[in-house]
Amino acid sequence: MAAVQDAVDIRNVTKRYGSFTALDGVSLGIADNEFFTLLGPSGCGKTTLLRMIAGFEEITQGEIRLFGDPIAGRDPNHRPVNTVFQHYALFPHMTVRDNVAFGLKMKGMDAASRRARAERMLEMVHLSAFADRMPAQLSGGQQQRVALARALAPEPRVLLLDEPLSALDLKLRQAMRVELKQLQEETGITFIFVTHDQEEALTMSDRIAVMSAGQVQQIGTAREIYEAPVNRFVADFIGETNLIEVEVTRVDGDRAEVVLPGGHRLTCPSASRTGGRHALSIRPERMSVVAEAGADMLAVVERVVYLGTDLQLMVRLEGGAEFHVRLQNSARIAVPEPGARIGLRIEDGAARLLAD
Amino acid sequence: MAGPGTSGGGGGGGWRPLLVPLLMPTWLTIGIFLVLPVALMAVYSFLTKEFRGGVIWDFTLAAYDQFFVDRGLFGDEPPAIEWTYIAIFWRSIWQAGLATLFCLLVGFPTAWFIATRPASQRGVWLFLITIPYWVNLLIRTVSLKFLIRDNGPLNEGLMALGVLDAPVTLVNTNLAVQLGLFYSYLPFMVLPIYAAVERYNFALSEAAADLYASRWVTLREIVIPVVKPGIVAGCILVFVPSLGAFLAPDLLGGAKTFMIGSLIEEQFKGSLGNWPFGAAASMILMTLVLCALMVYARSASQAAGQGAAR
Repeated sequence: MAAVQDAVDIRNVTKRYGSFTALDGVSLGIADNEFFTLLGPSGCGKTTLLRMIAGFEEITQGEIRLFGDPIAGRDPNHRPVNTVFQHYALFPHMTVRDNVAFGLKMKGMDAASRRARAERMLEMVHLSAFADRMPAQLSGGQQQRVALARALAPEPRVLLLDEPLSALDLKLRQAMRVELKQLQEETGITFIFVTHDQEEALTMSDRIAVMSAGQVQQIGTAREIYEAPVNRFVADFIGETNLIEVEVTRVDGDRAEVVLPGGHRLTCPSASRTGGRHALSIRPERMSVVAEAGADMLAVVERVVYLGTDLQLMVRLEGGAEFHVRLQNSARIAVPEPGARIGLRIEDGAARLLAD
Repeated sequence: MAGPGTSGGGGGGGWRPLLVPLLMPTWLTIGIFLVLPVALMAVYSFLTKEFRGGVIWDFTLAAYDQFFVDRGLFGDEPPAIEWTYIAIFWRSIWQAGLATLFCLLVGFPTAWFIATRPASQRGVWLFLITIPYWVNLLIRTVSLKFLIRDNGPLNEGLMALGVLDAPVTLVNTNLAVQLGLFYSYLPFMVLPIYAAVERYNFALSEAAADLYASRWVTLREIVIPVVKPGIVAGCILVFVPSLGAFLAPDLLGGAKTFMIGSLIEEQFKGSLGNWPFGAAASMILMTLVLCALMVYARSASQAAGQGAAR
């Protein structure tokens, strides 16, 4: 049986600017109808990769295929992809309707059909009342929707989104996340979304590629990346975590036995196959405060920070390492005072040994 | 009567008396350099000419009559339309329009080239564009004449290279006038377009390409409309002085290329001059240019209004 064809197939792609390597042998496959996110800090190469798919950057080495079709030599206007730009890049001299209809006009659609389709797209992003406005007369959030409608109007097979929410304020950003995901499900178009915001990535994506220094660190679902990070970078970049250096005493397939600060031994999932000293990642919310007897680790509370829904305990472990614990705010829990000695219990499967 | 209610007025009273002295320089500049000369010219155009130059303070419409109405050699024939000066105006508009077109065709790519260099290099290119303008226009125009005359370096060089067998006569032709106007005013086209292109957001071109527009269509549909204010400014800055130019037509052209600028200049030279007629011709020229600009401004604002309403 033939394998299901990827929408975008990136094979060993490298990009160099002079002596600087922006992308270093990146390979990944993005399935059709997938909401795929490229996540990483600025300078990790995620935007470069997106611009290569769109056709704005040349590929130094490697190959990109769109539905099996190599696209290296094609100009941007000959690729069945559309882009939502970071700062929208709306045409300032055209009305909202003309902006949305531009791609249709370029594809040779007749005036009546493209007008109808532009109206339908504007309806989809709730901007029907603004069709005759100029882009400068719209708010940032409205401009963002116009950019989205404009890019979706020609029915691309792949939609590229370059940090489209970064210029919006928090409330709008949160609302747009939900809308974007809905839109993707309704249209069935493959979305490739670039962001440096891990929360954005976690809430919308089917799969995420975490990138750093021009390389893909890990590809997986939000849950896989959050709960089973493969290395220090991914664990640290996605959410908040405690990283402590531990001695590995035994490796058994994908599990390892490690020595916790204070001497207790713990068997946990491991991304590392070797013994020696490695980083152990423990998410602060996957811990509980227990009596000293029966605890995995002992600690002294240094500070308690009130965060509304959560309480954050900043504690010092035996052996001197700093450690954060997050407790859900509730009347049921007893909040330890600063200076108190407490026991910490790690939930089953919450600790994970990382490769470097 | 001091109170919270008067504090705002008191604050306003703090700077309001300064308004008149602070605006004085602006008013004086506009008054002395703009209103006064134009008013003087307007008044002179209605005076009677003095034969050795100058005017007699006797109000008459003679100058305008001379411009528009033909009454025969001795002034005793039935009045008809005087075509002589209208033809000169028409030729001048045509010449200036052509010069503007050439400046645009060369200036736009030049401005685009400079604006797309790395920021550190742009200053050097702009500097190179402006260097020739450190030399007086008269000297540059005379030099140009020396370069292009029958036995000048251009013709000699082309003949030495074997491109030409005999010199091509350029001096005293329309082409020479065009060359002179083009050379005189090119930077006025380049600089405003450069300023507009430098502000142009190249993401717009990427967006157009992304939406299936070819390079040519992107230029026509996106780039040119967006940088249009710079193009219009450049065209006005080239067209208006070209229309009134007299150095290039005088020095490089002949009798057949006589332009408005030369016509007006002659009226103020020596005993053959006619100050009221020169002033009247100037007023007519100024009115024409002003009307053209106003029609343009109106159509531009209507287009913007239509864009918002369509």
